[in-house]
Amino acid sequence: MEWTPEQSIAQEAFKQFVDETVAPFADAWDRDERLPESVIRALADRGYLGATIPVEWGGGGMDSITFGLLCEEIGRGSASLLSLLTVHGMVCQALTLWGSSEQQQYWLPRLARGETIGAFALTEPNIGSDAKNVEARITRLENGAYRLDGEKKWISCGQIADLFLVFAQFENKPVAFLVEGDRAGLTRQPLSGLLGFRAAMLALLTFDGCELPEANMVGRPGFGFSHVAGAALDHGRFCVGCGCVGLTRGCLEACLEYTSQRKQFGVHLREHPLIQRMITDMITHIEAARLLCLHAGRMKDERDPRSIMATSTAKYFASTMAARCAADAVQIHGANGCGPDYPVQRYFRDAKIMEIIEGSNQIQQTIIAKYGHLDHIKDQRSRDKKSRQV
Amino acid sequence: MTFQAKIMDTTQKIKSFLVKFIRDADVGDDEDLFATGLVTSLFAMHLVLFLEKEFQVKVDNKDLDFDNFRTVNAIVALIEKKQGGG
Repeated sequence: MEWTPEQSIAQEAFKQFVDETVAPFADAWDRDERLPESVIRALADRGYLGATIPVEWGGGGMDSITFGLLCEEIGRGSASLLSLLTVHGMVCQALTLWGSSEQQQYWLPRLARGETIGAFALTEPNIGSDAKNVEARITRLENGAYRLDGEKKWISCGQIADLFLVFAQFENKPVAFLVEGDRAGLTRQPLSGLLGFRAAMLALLTFDGCELPEANMVGRPGFGFSHVAGAALDHGRFCVGCGCVGLTRGCLEACLEYTSQRKQFGVHLREHPLIQRMITDMITHIEAARLLCLHAGRMKDERDPRSIMATSTAKYFASTMAARCAADAVQIHGANGCGPDYPVQRYFRDAKIMEIIEGSNQIQQTIIAKYGHLDHIKDQRSRDKKSRQV
Repeated sequence: MTFQAKIMDTTQKIKSFLVKFIRDADVGDDEDLFATGLVTSLFAMHLVLFLEKEFQVKVDNKDLDFDNFRTVNAIVALIEKKQGGG
């Protein structure tokens, strides 16, 4: 696929940023279970945190193809850093599409500059895929304000975020609220020792009588999941899909290097047919996943309704192939791949997380199959109509 | 195009879109779409993108009222309002 000259220039800048500022340090961040402030500041200084926010609110107004290339490069360097870009962007997207004009004017410029880091708080200890039935509760107080009670778990960047987009039930309707990080009634507990995304600074959030003004409501009650979370998750899936292409490129680059240096049975590993098969699969899967992601990106830019399914399909395929290729990358590295001296063990752990976040792959399979049936029924009706006319 | 013809055109386009999501292809103009059980989050997101692309309008948070999406006629009225016709 050909890029525009502007996209090619942007891609080179993203590559250079990741090669110099992200990739050399990603293993250390993973071990420390923390992203340094300096790299978050570097993202902000380059305008990457506000990339997709419209220009009128201080963002970059970046097209989806270019943003996909950014996610791909960040994903190549560090899945944890991609996680920050993803959840921050999900809050930006939800506010851009469904925020009130006051919320947009106040928060979007701050999010674009990276003065405010956003995070997405949907998942709970008891609720994952069944997201419409979150247990967090919003109740209305006599003074007209709202009270939030409940827990949100495995919240990426939950340790450092300044602004949370939180989903709860209000009178049995899903609703979304903005919760500032310093609100009374909010406490955070860092989560450590996870399989992957170790530097993504996940947290357990507890809301205990957290009082919120009506101005913090995003959208309206009843539309919290379908519209607000839906828009955010669609954005998140696109980031994750593109990031998986990058992660798998990281695997491929590591394997090309390793198999060119290590010898077994007197020849380089790259000469062994079974190694060649795994390398071939990586190259093929990367190309296929990238095309699916770019296809989804192009549809997003055209505001095509089919972009939603194209994004789900891209995320599903890209994360599945990333998990498989990362496993192959560890296999190619053998015992070396299991230790801290090579990045493939990090890719392997992070790739597994990619299959779970922003809608597990089982949820994607359910959605994609359902949509396939809808298409089939529509085609059948169209054929029936034509035959009646004949 | 007369005002009446424009309304009919808008109605037809919306019904053509809905056909994909509704088992009963002959949904009435005033039939409660929520009662059909078709209103899933997937449908909701598709509908917003369809309306924005097809009718060149921006659906925003002020439009998030169930009554705007309850029937075909309600959606037509929303589009007319967004296009400055109502």
